[in-house]
Amino acid sequence: MIAELGLASLWLAAALAVLQLVAAGLWLRGKSEALGGVIRPVAVTQGLLALLAFAALVLLFCRTDLSVKLVALNSHSAKPFIYKLAGTWGNHEGSMLLWVMVMGLAGGFVALVERRLSDRMLAATLGWQAFVSLGFYAFLLFSSNPFERLDSAPPEGQGLNPLLQDIGLAFHPPTLYLGYVGLSVAFSFAIGALVTREVGPAFARAMRPWVLGAWIFLTIGITAGSYWAYYELGWGGWWFWDPVENASLMPWLAATALLHSVSVLAARDALRAWTVMLGVVAFSMSMVGTFLVRSGILTSVHAFAVDPERGTFILALLAINIGGALALFGLRASSVTEGKRFAAVSREGALVLNNVALSAILGIVLFGTLYPLLAEAMGAKVSVGPPYFNPMSALFAVPMLLVLAVGPLLRWKTDRLARIRWEIVVPVLIGIAAAIGVAAFARINVLPWIGLALAPMLAVASVLPLRGRNPRRTPFAVWGMVVAHFGIAVSLFGMASESAFSQEKLVAARVGDSVEIGPWHVTLRAVQPVAGPNWTALEAVLDARYAGNAAQTVRPQSRNFWAPPQQTSEAALHTRWNGQLYAVLGGEAPLASGAKPGDARWQLRLWWKPFAPLIWLGGGLIALGGLLALIGRVAADVRRLVAKDKIAWRRMRQGR
Amino acid sequence: MNDTPAASPAMKAKHQRLVLLVIAILVLLAAALAAIWALRNQASYFYVPSEIAADPPAPDQAVRLGGMVEKGSLRTEADGVTIGFVVGDGKARVPVRFRGIVPSLFVEGSGVVAEGKLAADGTFRAENLLAKHDENYVPREIKDMTEHQAQQVVAETR
Repeated sequence: MIAELGLASLWLAAALAVLQLVAAGLWLRGKSEALGGVIRPVAVTQGLLALLAFAALVLLFCRTDLSVKLVALNSHSAKPFIYKLAGTWGNHEGSMLLWVMVMGLAGGFVALVERRLSDRMLAATLGWQAFVSLGFYAFLLFSSNPFERLDSAPPEGQGLNPLLQDIGLAFHPPTLYLGYVGLSVAFSFAIGALVTREVGPAFARAMRPWVLGAWIFLTIGITAGSYWAYYELGWGGWWFWDPVENASLMPWLAATALLHSVSVLAARDALRAWTVMLGVVAFSMSMVGTFLVRSGILTSVHAFAVDPERGTFILALLAINIGGALALFGLRASSVTEGKRFAAVSREGALVLNNVALSAILGIVLFGTLYPLLAEAMGAKVSVGPPYFNPMSALFAVPMLLVLAVGPLLRWKTDRLARIRWEIVVPVLIGIAAAIGVAAFARINVLPWIGLALAPMLAVASVLPLRGRNPRRTPFAVWGMVVAHFGIAVSLFGMASESAFSQEKLVAARVGDSVEIGPWHVTLRAVQPVAGPNWTALEAVLDARYAGNAAQTVRPQSRNFWAPPQQTSEAALHTRWNGQLYAVLGGEAPLASGAKPGDARWQLRLWWKPFAPLIWLGGGLIALGGLLALIGRVAADVRRLVAKDKIAWRRMRQGR
Repeated sequence: MNDTPAASPAMKAKHQRLVLLVIAILVLLAAALAAIWALRNQASYFYVPSEIAADPPAPDQAVRLGGMVEKGSLRTEADGVTIGFVVGDGKARVPVRFRGIVPSLFVEGSGVVAEGKLAADGTFRAENLLAKHDENYVPREIKDMTEHQAQQVVAETR
């Protein structure tokens, strides 16, 4: 019954999307006046119906209704409740339903609250949003129906991949999807502006909160995903340049560029066509990411099921949406008149450099991600990893970070570098001192060395825009920029330090043996069996002493899940202010020849990672900066609306 | 830097746009060229044992070696964490050394992909081993191999 209700709401939502698209199209062409009034309510209802469908699926998973095929394939009655709930989106169909739900709700929200734009532009935006949604509704209904029933319910479900049975699953996919789909709203705004030829500051101000919101969620999603991979995989790394990671990084890069260019458009009415183009590119990257992850063209824990039909479907959607948008852009680009001009040395100039560098990094990552697919089509199997991505992205990231130190200090329109030379000299000296100091005391690779020199320089430069300002009267948006830029410095320092100073030990230890790693003295006290709700495990009890301090107990586990049968290693982390101890238990080492039986040795892998947690702390700060800016922008918009209403009210009273 | 479009009002409105466009295209072009150059050097190619025997990769080049772990070839050294085994594809055999914790589904007679470099003595020094995780997560190379070469390989190893 619940499954049928969910399916019915999904069909209804799709039907309403058709209505929304047709109504917007007809009204814009002046064919029907009456239809103009239905667009907003239809968009809201469509979002609510998508929400209902999603709620139905959540309910089915919580009850473990095994007569539904999706639940039987991906859930298990003995699973802890939180993973039953999160398991709703831990599979292909459920995650696509989450996608269309967020998209529908976002469209409904725009329809509900957006008051600054002309009716024509709003209609065009919602019409395009319906068009994009419709593709995904079709995808769900025709090729990945989440509510499909089984003829006879199996006695037990097949369970969820143990790697996904982690609290991270509850947060990582929804945040990333909010980010991806937030960009779809920016995309629709860009198309709306192109259709109605209203590319200007008003459009930029309406689009900015959506770009900011999407960007915040993408930042959180990537940061959380990176930390998740770090502790769940037990490989000690935090970024592998895996195609799936790249799929989330590429929209972030495009959204970061868009975020900066939309500020230029809102404040200075420049970079019009470029901003629209980035709006198209940002959502294209979201769709490319979805295609790469969901089509099964890549092998990964994210590719839930390999089904060529689905890949073709997403590819077709991608071609229609992006092809259509680019064709429209080509037709209308010449009608987008040039915005205000600016000098090369100016805030706009710095932001153009930021945009160009981000686009170049995006190109490099995209190229490196697609190259193995292209090569395979031509018969060669290759894989592209850190030796390509690290230096190539640094090639453009380093100049961009240098500009980041200077850009926020420059004035809009035109400025001279000589004016800010005394402000710049402090961070530059700090950067040079750090570079020399690190080079003198440690022998490390070039890239971490550059990072360790750049990070303190950026940290100082990022707070310079606050100089001479009254902290209480500084706008939230400026605070946001400062916090986010500072977060980049923090994160960069963590990455460089982790890469330069990490130490690793791999040993086979008897109970009672000790291992020295960096400043740590680690003793294996015991190995004991433990049991969880749907797994059993071997647990190593380690006493870890930092530089002679009191012992900390860390307990890495090697878990055996039985539904589905799979072994995972649960790394144990101990965090200090200056770094993280990372311990993995492998298993029993095979007996060496000539050893007595009962002389068991256990494989232990230990890392000491100085300042590694700063990587994710920095990511959190970047997101917090975005949040501050968003609050500032939205509050300013609300104030403006309230003031407008007051004026209108006074006029009305005077007119009486 | 001072003869910028805005500083010279004589410059037509279209020109700044053109300058920006040219800069953007030049940088993206540079990025594309750098990417192509780097990919030719840095992409790590996939080999099966018979290809290594016929045309070995350069000693410092990172490659991936895929094949079946020969039965009876797995040895653990005295330190308890270094293993040696032989990867074969029915035509050629490559000895592999690996120091680390092996994936749980790494067993003799099963497929494996080793990432690493071929040392001068003909031993493959693996830095990472990829094995089949479960039914849903099989490295591509292993999956393809089981389709194309499995019958032959399995027949010989059984």
